[in-house]
Amino acid sequence: MIDREQVLHVARLARLELSDEEVAKISGELSNILEHIEKIGELDLDGVPPTSHSMDVSNALRADEPRPCLPREVALAQAPDVADDGFRVPSPTA
Amino acid sequence: MTASGHADGERGTPGELRRAGAEILDLTAAQAAGAVERGELDREELFEAYRDRAAADELNAYLWVAEEAPATNGGPLHGVPLAVKDLFCTKDVPSQAGSRILEGYRPPYTATVVDNLARAGAPLLGKTNQDEFAMGSSNENSAYGPVLNPWNRTRVPGGSSGGSAAAVASGAAPWALGTDTGGSIRQPAALCGIVGLKPTYGAVSRYGMIAFASSLDQAGPLTRDVTDAALLFRHMVGQDERDSTSVAFPEEVTLPTAQRLAGIRLGVPEELTGEGVEPGVMGRFEATLDLARELGATVERVALPHADYAISAYYVIAPAEASSNLARYDGVRYGLRREADDLLTMYTKTRHDGFGAEVKRRILIGTYALSSGYYDAYYGRAQRVRTKIAEDFAAAFERVDFVVTPTSPGVAFELGAKTDDPLAMYLNDYFTAPMPLAGIPAISIPCGLSEDLPVGFQLAGPAFSENRILDASYALEQAIGFENARARR
Repeated sequence: MIDREQVLHVARLARLELSDEEVAKISGELSNILEHIEKIGELDLDGVPPTSHSMDVSNALRADEPRPCLPREVALAQAPDVADDGFRVPSPTA
Repeated sequence: MTASGHADGERGTPGELRRAGAEILDLTAAQAAGAVERGELDREELFEAYRDRAAADELNAYLWVAEEAPATNGGPLHGVPLAVKDLFCTKDVPSQAGSRILEGYRPPYTATVVDNLARAGAPLLGKTNQDEFAMGSSNENSAYGPVLNPWNRTRVPGGSSGGSAAAVASGAAPWALGTDTGGSIRQPAALCGIVGLKPTYGAVSRYGMIAFASSLDQAGPLTRDVTDAALLFRHMVGQDERDSTSVAFPEEVTLPTAQRLAGIRLGVPEELTGEGVEPGVMGRFEATLDLARELGATVERVALPHADYAISAYYVIAPAEASSNLARYDGVRYGLRREADDLLTMYTKTRHDGFGAEVKRRILIGTYALSSGYYDAYYGRAQRVRTKIAEDFAAAFERVDFVVTPTSPGVAFELGAKTDDPLAMYLNDYFTAPMPLAGIPAISIPCGLSEDLPVGFQLAGPAFSENRILDASYALEQAIGFENARARR
């Protein structure tokens, strides 16, 4: 049901590298899981509103006032690579 | 010292005050807090007894143990130390969510709930092992190795809060924090013979909890008894301006006192026929219903026609939210990075090496369910099923006070028994997944043994019914008389 190409497509969307072995294993597992999930296809859900949040809370607002954020050196302290007071990454176009 | 200690408040002699660590470890958290309050137990002695016990843990329940208690100025919890699931951010203390991708991560801030409890007098004892990013029902998905069940070390402790459950059950923590998304507090509590409460969604701030599925995740207590659960929960609730989904708890959380269940109506789902449930578990569940009747409760059948679809809806919604939440682990700001010549390859290699097999599966399921052309069939439908499940519960609570089920279809299984079959593992959540989808609270209390392993009894109630749930659970707990000392030997 979920073939190799589909697994690779979804993995690309998720920015996830998979070994050939993982692709083979996961396509079988995902097929089984999706087959079970598709049980929800049996239900007549016409006109049923979706629930994204179980509590009746909306627009929780606070006063829009400036407040201190993490100091730069603290925010950068855990970064794997830092340069010029920022996060350094490899080139997106290399 | 006996469990009741100097219950009359009488001070002992200095010799009596110096107790063996083992006796301290036998006190419940509330008993220990009471002993400190009365001056019968020294706060530092209490902390050291637990620190030494936690450091000697052989179950792999802890990933980090504190060396000393932070200085405190008292508080109503009187220094009873707290074990905290790894995924709660704790300032300058490793917070890895059981994942390789966060190995060595020390956050610059502390989760609101951990902060609140420290201020109330429960200092951080240690960080507990868990399934990676809280994805799992056996604790076998931790990057730091599985946790063993203290009742039988060849068995799993349940998950994902398996380290917290095993630590409390084995006496290596007086109480612990866990999180529940589809059963991750209640199921390990059941499998380890302790109490676990999943609160109403929004009752406890999620600020500083490393996110799995944001519309479902909720922090809750894992404790040796119902009184301890109420005591810890009392200091966890509260609206937090840093979590816009948090709400003020509408009443004071009280300590339970009920001895009877007179007038209480318990609803057993019609759909619970015993099929797929171990006979020993069903037997303990039915025996507990008999005890409830003896205490004055009535038991009737209620219809939850969509509960059977909860696992399917859950395994769309939770992975979909997870695939989005876990996009942040990209090797840029913190955690693991695998070097590469270009940015995209850096991302994909970092995530390949940093995430374990189950996390990869869920990211892929979630990404698939949200991808163009599949969104309506999966995520859209699952959200509509979620509405139906909430409606089912609302209708049931018109007729009964609580819906009751076994917490888990089976007792703790052998390590490795389900690791090759993800779907079989997911079905462990059959009785626990519906409640988070509806946002309602539920508790698991131990109700006896089957095959010499603990069985959990689950009570679920309407939103913000925690006081009533805790009260009913307390009455049942007294009648059941579950003996949990064996797991501490």
